[in-house]
Amino acid sequence: MPAVAAALLALLPLGYLVVRAGDKGAGFAFDYLRRDSTSELVLRSLGLTVTVTVACVVLGVGLAVVTTRIVLPGRALWMTLAALPLAIPSYVSAYAWISALPSLAGFGGAALVLTACTYPYVYLPAAAALSRTDPALEEVARSLGRTPWQTFRTVTLRQIRPAVASGALLVALYVLSDFGAVSLMRFDAFTQVIYTSYRASFDRTPAAVLSLVLVVITIAITLGEVRSRGRAQQWRAGAGAARRPVPQALSRGRTLATLGGCVAVALVSLGVPLASLGYWIVRGASLDLDWSRLAGAGATTMVASGAGALGCVVLAVPVGVLAARYRSTGVRMIEQATFAGHALPGIVVALALIFFGTRYARPFYLEMPMVIAAYVVLFLPAAVGAVRASVALSSPRVEEVARSLGRSPYGVLRTVTLPLAAPGVAAGAALVMLTCMKELPATLLLHPTGSETLAIRLWSLTRVGSYADAAPYAAALVLLAALPTFWLSHASRQRHHTEELSP
Amino acid sequence: MSRLQVKALDKSFGSQAVLRGLDLEVASGSLTAVLGPSGCGKTTLLRLVAGFDRADSGEIRLGDAVVAAPGRHTPPEKRQVTVVPQEGALFPHLDVTANVVFGVDRARRRAGHRVVELLELVGMGGLGGRMPSELSGGQQQRVALARALAPDPQLILLDEPFAALDAGLRLSLRVEVAAALRLAGATALLVTHDQEEALSTADSVAVMADGVIRQHASPLEVYHQPVDLGVARFVGEAVELAAVADGPYATTALGRHRLPMSACGAGVVVLRPEQLAVGANGVSATVVEERFFGTSTVLTLRLAGSSDVVRARTTGNHPIGTTVKLQVLGPVVFFAI
Repeated sequence: MPAVAAALLALLPLGYLVVRAGDKGAGFAFDYLRRDSTSELVLRSLGLTVTVTVACVVLGVGLAVVTTRIVLPGRALWMTLAALPLAIPSYVSAYAWISALPSLAGFGGAALVLTACTYPYVYLPAAAALSRTDPALEEVARSLGRTPWQTFRTVTLRQIRPAVASGALLVALYVLSDFGAVSLMRFDAFTQVIYTSYRASFDRTPAAVLSLVLVVITIAITLGEVRSRGRAQQWRAGAGAARRPVPQALSRGRTLATLGGCVAVALVSLGVPLASLGYWIVRGASLDLDWSRLAGAGATTMVASGAGALGCVVLAVPVGVLAARYRSTGVRMIEQATFAGHALPGIVVALALIFFGTRYARPFYLEMPMVIAAYVVLFLPAAVGAVRASVALSSPRVEEVARSLGRSPYGVLRTVTLPLAAPGVAAGAALVMLTCMKELPATLLLHPTGSETLAIRLWSLTRVGSYADAAPYAAALVLLAALPTFWLSHASRQRHHTEELSP
Repeated sequence: MSRLQVKALDKSFGSQAVLRGLDLEVASGSLTAVLGPSGCGKTTLLRLVAGFDRADSGEIRLGDAVVAAPGRHTPPEKRQVTVVPQEGALFPHLDVTANVVFGVDRARRRAGHRVVELLELVGMGGLGGRMPSELSGGQQQRVALARALAPDPQLILLDEPFAALDAGLRLSLRVEVAAALRLAGATALLVTHDQEEALSTADSVAVMADGVIRQHASPLEVYHQPVDLGVARFVGEAVELAAVADGPYATTALGRHRLPMSACGAGVVVLRPEQLAVGANGVSATVVEERFFGTSTVLTLRLAGSSDVVRARTTGNHPIGTTVKLQVLGPVVFFAI
């Protein structure tokens, strides 16, 4: 029952969006879609998406090859640095860049910032796949007369293709649903246009129609990702990698050139944003800082994201336990329903909740519970994944033993399954909390007047060009977000420790 | 009185029939081994008895109660049947004591359950505070046994509990486990594919193949009087000789042998390698192969005047090519072909 409730909540926004878009009749919606401005918008958004995705694939695969297959000074450091940009919200990076170089605004700036923020989505799976592939395959190709470059192209790249594809699709989804970077870079992508059309007019049907178009595109991309994952299974089946690939040594000149490339990527993705942030903090220190407002925003951020994480986990536990233990059709449908949020951009979820709230949930309209509901819809997939993975980790044998010792199914859940899954679930909660803290568009649209989060303050101050005033909020956000991140990496290290002890 | 009674049990997975009308009885207070090759359905049987899975048809009785029958399924927690799984499956978040008392109800726990005594019984005295991750594989199995004994169950099921351990430990632990089970007066069903383990630890051995119990008897009887050639081959090494039976006797290249039951016609005589005595009397045979195992030597021999090749367990040095004399000791069994 609770699992079904979670699934319904996750599907609610999507359903309501359809109702709302058809409010003025299907004719209006179709007329609106046929406008030139609409098709231009679709082309613009897809253009940005394709550009960023291609750039991320090139950058991500390149870095993955460099850090896993080449003898490079400070390899471990480069691996960490290459993954780090994931921790920086796109609007923080956009803030840092536009405050340093206002002329970047537009397509170029949006593409630069989004590439710098999202290439780890390709880098991480590509690097993992590269270090897993069996070197015997490559050796066989070489012994059959292929040059190293031919071998790389025809053997190695083929093996990591599914990993790269799933990463690239994540990037595409991210770019389509990103609001912070495109709005700060003043590039009229889907999310930005939906936001202005919602803010600018009393007629909200166009916003709903555009949201639906965006959802259709993201769902198409998600389905593409699912299909590519299905193929990936077959790919991995034969890869019983007994050995790890040995990194190749390069000539001194080439090594230096590679190092130069690594430094450049790190500078663009991390160096410039951090330097710019540091500059504005120093500049801002001379200004009068409204400490109480900063503290208030910090507290609101913590409360909202904490409640969001709690809500997600409470709803995710029944779904995750069911998904890990029972693979019936009904369970699969419930699980897939909760994954709707995965394909829904934050701004769309926010709009759907607003439409729903004005009609049926007036008391909650633009109140905190609405923000939390948006967080739950958006991040339930992550929480379900965490619960499911940690429940699947413990053996069903252990649960059977508990049953044979006289415990009821519910008793087993309470005394065995959940205590065992607790560390993983807690890590999932921390991850969701971190994601909630960084969430911008839904929070921006739904937050109650007068209580603002750090992300909202940062965004609105940057929009009006008050870069120095925005700096403390950016710094506070990064610091607060570091807390769950630190706890996460600490917890996962501890878990590794205990796993080593048990045989 | 039999504690467990299984009647005409059927179980299929998809189109694959795993149990085909299986019958089995386990006497109260006994340790019965179900012996069979991998994939013969032993573990399926055990899971049905425990109540983890449902049978397609057939009946399972525990004491006087029917726990599984068509349209009837007592859930595992109501059966008072505990299990010792292959990998122990200790609760990793609980210490040894908490693991052992897991199945003991609160009232008895408060009344001072005999945890200490049980841990002593399985040789884990004083280790109640350890976590499962701090125990060796053998220790984990001991705790799993104590945990299964703690609620005084009707029946304990042991699913290849020693398979994951190394050879030396396996030997000593199975002796100790059998002793602990007898001391506790428990009724136990041990599932294994290891002949030696079944024969040496159990009071009775049920040989299973193709989803049915082929023979259920004492270890000695199963070993020396197998009901068919399949059982004979599976329970231990078998020496097979072409034979012709005429009433109470059968004739082979090694002479005339008295049969436990009269038979007629062509067939096979089966005996065990240690029943072939290498000595001064008997039929001549040439050594084809000699393999030394430390405590004994196994000779492969070709019998004079026949194409039969046999194996004999003996001691001493018999180089390849030498001729020895062979004599059959003890009873043999005959299977008509």
